[in-house]
Amino acid sequence: MSAIYILWLREVKKYLRSRVQIIASLGQPLLYLLVLGFGLGPVFQKAGRGSYLQFMAPGIIGMSVLFTSVFSGIALLWDRQFGFLKETLVAPVPRIRIMIGRTLGGATVAILQGILIMIVCLIAGFRPVSLLSIPLGFVFMAMIAILFAALGTTIGSSLQDMQGFQLIMNFLVLPIFFLSGALFPLNNLPKALAFVTSLDPLSYGVDGLRVVLIGAGHFGWFIDAIVLGAVAIVLLGFGAWRFSKIEI
Amino acid sequence: MIRVENLVKKFGDFTAVDNISFEVPKGEIFAFLGPNGAGKTTTIKVLTTLAKATSGTVEVDGLNPVTHENEVRQRFGIVFQDPSLDQDLTAWENMDLHGVLYHVPGKIRREKTETLLKLFELWDRKDALVKTFSGGMRRRLEIARGFLHTPKILFLDEPTLGLDPQSRNQLWTHVKRQNEADHVTVFLTTHYMDEADRVADRIAVIDHGKIVAIGSSAELKQRTGTESLEEAFLKLTGSTIRDEAASSADQMRQFAKMWRGGGARR
Repeated sequence: MSAIYILWLREVKKYLRSRVQIIASLGQPLLYLLVLGFGLGPVFQKAGRGSYLQFMAPGIIGMSVLFTSVFSGIALLWDRQFGFLKETLVAPVPRIRIMIGRTLGGATVAILQGILIMIVCLIAGFRPVSLLSIPLGFVFMAMIAILFAALGTTIGSSLQDMQGFQLIMNFLVLPIFFLSGALFPLNNLPKALAFVTSLDPLSYGVDGLRVVLIGAGHFGWFIDAIVLGAVAIVLLGFGAWRFSKIEI
Repeated sequence: MIRVENLVKKFGDFTAVDNISFEVPKGEIFAFLGPNGAGKTTTIKVLTTLAKATSGTVEVDGLNPVTHENEVRQRFGIVFQDPSLDQDLTAWENMDLHGVLYHVPGKIRREKTETLLKLFELWDRKDALVKTFSGGMRRRLEIARGFLHTPKILFLDEPTLGLDPQSRNQLWTHVKRQNEADHVTVFLTTHYMDEADRVADRIAVIDHGKIVAIGSSAELKQRTGTESLEEAFLKLTGSTIRDEAASSADQMRQFAKMWRGGGARR
């Protein structure tokens, strides 16, 4: 247990110490929120869909949690490069615990980042349906965070160096974000797109956030929670297996 | 304590370790000498569960590192050749994390950390982030960390690289003490022949992945008809200079230095 805790603590400490990066990481979501939120707002309104900012805020929170958690998993590559990974790999602790500690740490960091973005959204004018929405939102944020931190760990364990990073970014992480319905409603989509979005685990995460935060969803919170939970378990298992196979 | 029989490790077409066999009995200080790229670190990786042998038998305290990796890991400590500290943590935190991973109880962990950091003259910088440390300080911290727990076998992979004579002296005194007091088996590699001469009970010389000679320092000198271990070493391995190809990790470090200002993420 103490090994899981100390590795979790390491991730959280490193996050809290990187103040410049915390501020830098607010840039992208702010752009989406303010430029798209206010830029596309009138069109969205004319289409009879209400406030775009209101609609998009859960998507932007989901995006931040996605990016932070995947990257925290991929940070494994940095630890490999800077040598720290070896230190943990030869320790007399089952690798599954090392993997769990790292993944939970990454997920916690992603949740903190999500909370930060939620506060930014609230300042920008986002209003959840009720006060209870916020703690319920944390539950979905946590599920998104664990799922994608596990995915990040799986990727980090499988790559040898950062050369594959751009590939992962452009062909996995960005598609996960764009196909998740973070920016557009999932109703009445062309069949092909609807099919692809339904395969994207983040669709269920964003949908769950939308259900609890603004009271409107596509799949319904129950299906969202089931899908997220199931995919998270599969990825945790797969990530643990990949992690146990790392050779230096 | 360590038994290696017909060990082969290949990376693709390249044979890093080519059919070597040796044994290290309990309580011995065993030095593994060889030019760059001879296969020293690869052998250590196989012994310490970081890499799998292509073929051959390896036993650490009677256990196979592939099938009993956790049990094997409980038995050794290691100081790596290349850096393995977390640069975004402080010296104290690096020690503490190591202590927790190696199940050193809280009180002993704190006491030993203090003693070791003082011994290696890092105590007044204990709360500074490791990325602010000089190369020598980092090296000293890695070594201090290696002594935080008392393993059955201690692997030292070129531990004195970049160390000043004072720290080097501290290191070997400490190694000797652990070896004598706790019967710790020591497996070390170094490029400094005088160190091997001073501490090692037995020496194996490895070149191009093969062991070319094994025995005590006196035996090696006698066999080659030379005066010093350095001459014996040169006679055994020739005087051409070897270069290791820069690994992808080294290239990445280079690359990372270029655009990495502060932290490690993104």
